[in-house]
Amino acid sequence: MTLYLFYFLSFLAVLSALMVVFSKNPVHSVLYLIITFFCIFGHYLLMNAQFVAFVHIIVYAGAIMVLFLYVLMLLNLNSESEPHKNNTLKFVAVISGCLLMVVLVAALRGTDDMMLQDNGSQVGYVKNLGKVMLTDFLLPFEITSILLLAAMVGAVMIGKKSSNTTTPR
Amino acid sequence: MSDFLIYKILLVVGVFTVTLVVAMYATYGERKVAAFLQDRIGPNRAGPFGIFQPLADGLKFFMKEEIIPSVSNKFLFILGPSIAMITALMAGVLIPWGNTLIINGAQYSLQITDINIGILYVFGVVSIGVYGIMIGGWASNNKYSLLGAIRASAQMISYELAMGISIIALIMMTGTLSLGEIVNQQAGGDWNFWNVVYQPLGFLIFIVCAFAECNRAPFDLPECETELVGGYHTEYSSMKLGFYMFAEYINMFISSAVLSTLYFGGYNFPFMNDLGLSHNVITILGTVFLFAKIFFFIFFFMWVRWTLPRFRYDQLMNLGWRVLLPLSIVNLLGTALVLLWIDK
Repeated sequence: MTLYLFYFLSFLAVLSALMVVFSKNPVHSVLYLIITFFCIFGHYLLMNAQFVAFVHIIVYAGAIMVLFLYVLMLLNLNSESEPHKNNTLKFVAVISGCLLMVVLVAALRGTDDMMLQDNGSQVGYVKNLGKVMLTDFLLPFEITSILLLAAMVGAVMIGKKSSNTTTPR
Repeated sequence: MSDFLIYKILLVVGVFTVTLVVAMYATYGERKVAAFLQDRIGPNRAGPFGIFQPLADGLKFFMKEEIIPSVSNKFLFILGPSIAMITALMAGVLIPWGNTLIINGAQYSLQITDINIGILYVFGVVSIGVYGIMIGGWASNNKYSLLGAIRASAQMISYELAMGISIIALIMMTGTLSLGEIVNQQAGGDWNFWNVVYQPLGFLIFIVCAFAECNRAPFDLPECETELVGGYHTEYSSMKLGFYMFAEYINMFISSAVLSTLYFGGYNFPFMNDLGLSHNVITILGTVFLFAKIFFFIFFFMWVRWTLPRFRYDQLMNLGWRVLLPLSIVNLLGTALVLLWIDK
């Protein structure tokens, strides 16, 4: 049962991820991306990682994708008004995409030994996750939060600069 | 096992039916409350005191001509109200509607399921709910609908932040994300008060954000008829419009239920353990009390709608980002400090 669910979700995830790239309308792309996120949500649930699953939905599907849609709707891009990219740019994009895939495959190749053996465990529950994050993995956790803070400050800086020049308040 | 399954299925169907009936009669209630506040009589033609009015309204929605604009994206146009309705109905699964019933020695919980990240589930469902409005507004291919959809998304995101932080303060206090456990911790006796006593500021922030998340007045900017014709549902007609309206009332019911669960003790009521009644009677009484709390909050939603004027859009954003968000952060830090101080 779980195996069939896994295959179904994986198939749906890959299909909708491909549709993100191939659909002409940017709003449709975003909607397909949301479907992809829901498939990944299902994968997390299959691994009994409830906390990560729901945070994934709240953050990605519930906030980031809403912002994406918001911007796309404001721009109101149509297939006619879409700027055409030249062939060099497309070529470079394909090459860099393939390179990224090579890096990902290389990084994930050695993870077989690190697989979670205990199936149906409670590792994904909030309590255990919090304990592990704030004891064993404290340094990576703090570094990630500093990274996010830096990104946030950067975004505020960029936003502030443009608002000073255009609309003084 | 099969007994358990049949019981759960019955419970799901029961919660579904109750949600729909309450939402249906909330439309009637809204009109009666509006009439009461404006010194009118309200609907009184269909049946005694007009209690068949919701049925008549529903029939009217089904009988109306259904118009789908030819320039719109048909699939997404239909998907919009469907998502709004589905997400509105999904959150009821986790609300503890009552304590356990003991039948023939077996315990039956009146909560459909109590997963250990309960509040996050409710949050996730709420955050997906905005897609119904956004997709519907965009697929209508109408400038007013699009503006309504854009407003809805901006409003949802701004108020979700303050709501989330006000809930984090509550979670720090209770130490659990499960709704069932949060209610059990508020059970009566021994100077154990409802959470609203410990988190008055958090409750205030939460209820204001709940108004914004439900798109209720004074925050009903996405469907502001004086500026946007009908807002995101300008192009909708017949039962698809009905679904949008209905989803709003279901959301109101669910957020009232969440409010009473988190801050007002859920199915607990004062002196419940001192009455000397049997467990089952207390459970049924508790459910009655929970619904009394929910109906009070629904009445409160309506009361505010017919009392306060609508906010201007920049006022809405100012309130969200410059008042509620800092207040909720102060509340969070204050709660953390007090908890540390008590712990010492």
